[in-house]
Amino acid sequence: MNPGKKRRTIKTTAQKIYIGLIFLFLYAPILTLIMLSFNASRTRAKWDGFSLKWYAALFDNREIMQALWNTLLIAFVSSLAAVIIGTAACIAVNRMGRKKRAVIMGITNIPMLDADIVTGISLMLLFISFGFKFGLGTILLSHITFCIPYVMLCVMPRIRQVDASVYEAAMDLGASPLLAFFKVVFPDILPGVLSGYLMAFTMSLDDFIITHFTKGAGVDTLSTKIYTEVKKGIKPEMYALSTIIFVTVLLLLLLVNRTPKQRTPRSAGQP
Amino acid sequence: MGQHTTEFLTPRVFCSHEDTTTKKIDMIHTPEVTAMKKELINLIDISKSFDGESVLDELNLSIHENEFLTLLGPSGCGKTTTLRILGGFVTPDKGRVVFDGQDITSLPPNKRQLNTVFQKYALFTHMNIAENIAFGLKIKNKPQSYINDKIRYALKLVNLEGYERRMPDSLSGGQQQRIAIARAIVNEPKVLLLDEPLGALDLKLRQDMQYELIRLKNELGITFIYVTHDQEEALTMSDTIVVMNQGYIQQIGTPETIYNEPENAFVADFIGDSNIIDSVMIEDKLVSVLGARFACVDTGFGNNKPVDVVIRPEDVELVKPEEGTIQGVVSHLIFKGVHYEMEVMANGFEWLVHSTQMFPVGTKVGIRVNPFNIQIMNKPESEDEEAAAIEG
Repeated sequence: MNPGKKRRTIKTTAQKIYIGLIFLFLYAPILTLIMLSFNASRTRAKWDGFSLKWYAALFDNREIMQALWNTLLIAFVSSLAAVIIGTAACIAVNRMGRKKRAVIMGITNIPMLDADIVTGISLMLLFISFGFKFGLGTILLSHITFCIPYVMLCVMPRIRQVDASVYEAAMDLGASPLLAFFKVVFPDILPGVLSGYLMAFTMSLDDFIITHFTKGAGVDTLSTKIYTEVKKGIKPEMYALSTIIFVTVLLLLLLVNRTPKQRTPRSAGQP
Repeated sequence: MGQHTTEFLTPRVFCSHEDTTTKKIDMIHTPEVTAMKKELINLIDISKSFDGESVLDELNLSIHENEFLTLLGPSGCGKTTTLRILGGFVTPDKGRVVFDGQDITSLPPNKRQLNTVFQKYALFTHMNIAENIAFGLKIKNKPQSYINDKIRYALKLVNLEGYERRMPDSLSGGQQQRIAIARAIVNEPKVLLLDEPLGALDLKLRQDMQYELIRLKNELGITFIYVTHDQEEALTMSDTIVVMNQGYIQQIGTPETIYNEPENAFVADFIGDSNIIDSVMIEDKLVSVLGARFACVDTGFGNNKPVDVVIRPEDVELVKPEEGTIQGVVSHLIFKGVHYEMEVMANGFEWLVHSTQMFPVGTKVGIRVNPFNIQIMNKPESEDEEAAAIEG
């Protein structure tokens, strides 16, 4: 074996080990959790064999099922609202001058970088000062609020790619502005809108802190439910629930990232 | 031959020379014109500025039925804005757009009887060719059989039969542009607006498409309004050329008039190569160019008046030194295929000369110009025109 080849082998091996270590540290806690959710024993100390009984117990728990329903409802409605508002905002922002656009996009990005607890507490204070009744409504409002920037993040690049003259051409051929948008612009930005929707859905599904501050008493989502349950002492059902959430979010994320085949940029001009 | 003759030769020019200098072009038209062709569109006192910068200033223009009119000028001259005002994509700050006797100034694009062919084709990439062409007809709720007939007719017209099921991305630029034209003409517009439609094509294709467009215009019998910065394109295709610069119309006329009788230095310089020389009109039919006396045919400029003289390079005749009006030495020589391009240094001015005869660098030659080929122009009077001439 020549020295060059040997060095290369060592290098690739080292790379693989390094990557392996990173993933091990990243996923070891979650893997532990997933394993424990299938453990027949109630204690964490020993492995009593594979079992699905905690999952069964989970689905028998009415409170948890109610929380699951709340979570899905909130995620579905808030991401839908966020996607509509966010897309409309993108269309408007895209029409602005370069400076104005940069400022607006900067401002909309702040909530994403902000600590969730700041967003949560400020939303709570806002609701209190306006005399809102805490419950599903306030959770929905706050979820819509924090999802909009993520939608805009996904939709904006798509809208920037749309050739303005396509919209004008549709109007030129007799389409009203609204029809022109839905017939020719919307199909072009649809991939961005879809990934924006999934992103918002995942964010809403995933959220704990903001929900915690805006939910009020009596309403729970899965994450807040787990939190309350864990305070009372950890039940293995919670491992099962966490596993389900993890897998769902993972699947959604994979879906988001598997963006539809990138279309080649408009090959205008090249004969 | 002065400005008045120019007007006589081109009945579609509505501006007198004085008007050009005051930047307001009044629409004085002769009765013969109205009898010949009907006015279809009138732009009246159109002004438009973007972010405080004036793009069009009190522009007046009449467009006739079945006319191939070209708006020609350098970028930023306001030609595209004029077209977009016609299409309804830009609302003028001031002035009116009258179409067939109707004020359409505030009518949205979808309510106008005009269709546009865009610079970058603007085809709908998620629809196939047939769907693209049918777009306008479907919105107007035409029956499917009518739509199918129209698609077939339009594809035949642009020589792309059998392309119904293809996607726009799979077509070449020239083909895409022809589809864009087909998509516009199936709606039977009275006017087709074309915004530099050939700008993105290569030279050979561009020339082919120029003939296509002329053929289309004759077959359809509708008005074409064409925007370009390419003077050759304008000369090839147009019935009428409107030369624009910095938001003002510099000259309106047939290609021949624009080329042979440019009204000011900007037009002369923008349309083809030319020698523009500071001169003095000594009296009617006699002009002093670089100290030598040339006979010309223009009258009415006054005596001893400073003027600009325009001589096209192909109109400069090189002869033996003793036969020429002035003498010079050939300083540059380039072979251009059809002709030789030479520069001749004579009386402190570099004359650009196109000739089929070759004179090597260093040859002493005489310069002679046929009186008919000397075009006299008044010096620009306003600052704007001065700026225009310098920039051009």
